[in-house]
Amino acid sequence: MRREIPLIITFVCGITMIIQFFIPHWPFSDVKSYFQHTYMIIAAFAMILGICNLTRLHIFKIRDRRENWGYSIVLLVGLAIMAIPGLFQGIHEGTMFEFLFKNAHVPMNSTMFSLLAFFVASASYRAFRARTFDAALLLIAGFAVMLGRAPIGDTLTSFMPEGWQMSDLANWIMAFPNTAGQRAIMMGSGLGIVATSLRVILGIERSYLGGE
Amino acid sequence: MRNLSSGRSSYSYWLSVHVLALFLALLISGECSAVATPTSGIRPGAPINPSVKDRPNDEGGAIEITWEASFDDTRGRGIVRSYSILRSTEAVSGFEKVGEVDSGRGRYLFVDDGVENGKRHFYKLVSQTSSGAISEPCIIGPISASAQWFHSERWNMLIALIIVSASVLTFISMARKGRDLYIRPIAGLQAVDEAVGRATEMGRPVLYIPGILDMDDVQTIAGVAILGRVARKTAEYETPLTVPVSRSVVMSAAQETVKEAYWDVGKPDAFHPEMVRYLTDDQFGFAAGVDGIMLREKPATVFFQGAFYAESLILAETGHSIGAVQIAGTAMTSQLPFFVTACDYTLIGEELFAAGAYLTEDPRLLGSLKGQDVAKGLAIVFILIGIILETAGFHWLTEFLTVN
Repeated sequence: MRREIPLIITFVCGITMIIQFFIPHWPFSDVKSYFQHTYMIIAAFAMILGICNLTRLHIFKIRDRRENWGYSIVLLVGLAIMAIPGLFQGIHEGTMFEFLFKNAHVPMNSTMFSLLAFFVASASYRAFRARTFDAALLLIAGFAVMLGRAPIGDTLTSFMPEGWQMSDLANWIMAFPNTAGQRAIMMGSGLGIVATSLRVILGIERSYLGGE
Repeated sequence: MRNLSSGRSSYSYWLSVHVLALFLALLISGECSAVATPTSGIRPGAPINPSVKDRPNDEGGAIEITWEASFDDTRGRGIVRSYSILRSTEAVSGFEKVGEVDSGRGRYLFVDDGVENGKRHFYKLVSQTSSGAISEPCIIGPISASAQWFHSERWNMLIALIIVSASVLTFISMARKGRDLYIRPIAGLQAVDEAVGRATEMGRPVLYIPGILDMDDVQTIAGVAILGRVARKTAEYETPLTVPVSRSVVMSAAQETVKEAYWDVGKPDAFHPEMVRYLTDDQFGFAAGVDGIMLREKPATVFFQGAFYAESLILAETGHSIGAVQIAGTAMTSQLPFFVTACDYTLIGEELFAAGAYLTEDPRLLGSLKGQDVAKGLAIVFILIGIILETAGFHWLTEFLTVN
């Protein structure tokens, strides 16, 4: 029964969600929001599990003086600094939590995001080396799009007739070959999602429950 | 006095009859379109061609009211500031305001979603100026809201679902009966054994990241399914496995999956709950945490299987910088170029969903992959037919396949 009950729940929920997509009538009209609310409640309780897992892992790391245990202290102190004011004062404007969120969390997030620019540069350097025919095509297309998106592209091709300038070429690449490729991937993914969902609903794929 | 009174009475009667007749005539004829000409004085022109209908394909409780702009809206004197919508259960009285729509458009739609199913309602529509003058009222109705038992614009989806499901189920059935099915090789999946073996030889861990979305995303389910197969291999080879996750529900599912994999292989002692670590729900906090794990533990192999956003390149480039073999898989089209650039193997879109089945070699799961391929073939046929029809000027197939 340990395996059967989750499979039955999965089957019933999966079929009900498919039905509610086609039948707007009550009770199916309320099913989606009901399941979403249920999931949010479960996720809220699971959050406690997550925090317990995180805390336990790092307490053990400090206790056993494992390598880099100092970082674990930083993590636990950071967790306490954010969580305690939030628990006692709330998270609305003017609270300690909001101050920390605005002045510590958001800048740190922005710092991580800004690292992306440097990673894009290093990844582009590797991707744009024309070692093969495919890589050469990528290089040419990428170069054309970048040039077409900047004012210098049209300046360089100003002698060309209207509709044949660099920005037009960039727009064409983005609108046709790029969109066609993306749509092909999306259609394949859509079919993959349907097949995976069927496998899960019918209980053929059960590895997410742990096991074959 | 009596005569006068009698005269007044008959006049009142005559007036009442004519007003009622005019009102009925307005009701029957669809009325306010008659007021399509500029009005004299301050009173604005009434809304034109008002109509009312039950909102289609819903659970009831909503009525759609549509009308065209008054002659004094954007045209004419341009004095109409807004339109008021009033509702009543009677045709002549008891109207209460249910909404107001600002002017400035050619055609208007207002949805009154506070009505009771099955109850008759009348609507009064008036245009008004900024000085408060209102037009002749347009009374429309009666109308009642009702719930529908089938979404009439989703027949195409139902047919597509039946075709795809039938194809998948047919091939699962064939596979169950022992029919040999050819599944095309996927390079990224063939490299899984090799990648785990490499980590074993180097004595370094395997890092597995099942995306950053929750368990309600199919990509995460696919990622956790692949994790089960990878965990069996790490259990067999006794290679350390680290699974950082950004959602606590995923943590529970991933812990259970890895535990079962270690039990199935007969090495329950090698499993530790700390293998699956919850870091944070925050996107870039998670990226920073995983980067830290990569730089400290130096995994020999990194798997990215699931849904990723902007953190994909940060993670993949860090993995590349430590010299790890990286196998990525996602259906996020905007992140695929980053993974293709920074990883050794990338499962593109559908390959991610096929991976779990592919790695088990369970005939039923492989049958579903074959069914998926046949459905893809059908989609290609429909696209080709659509191209031919559109080129020839026939749009019915495109219209039928448009999803609402």
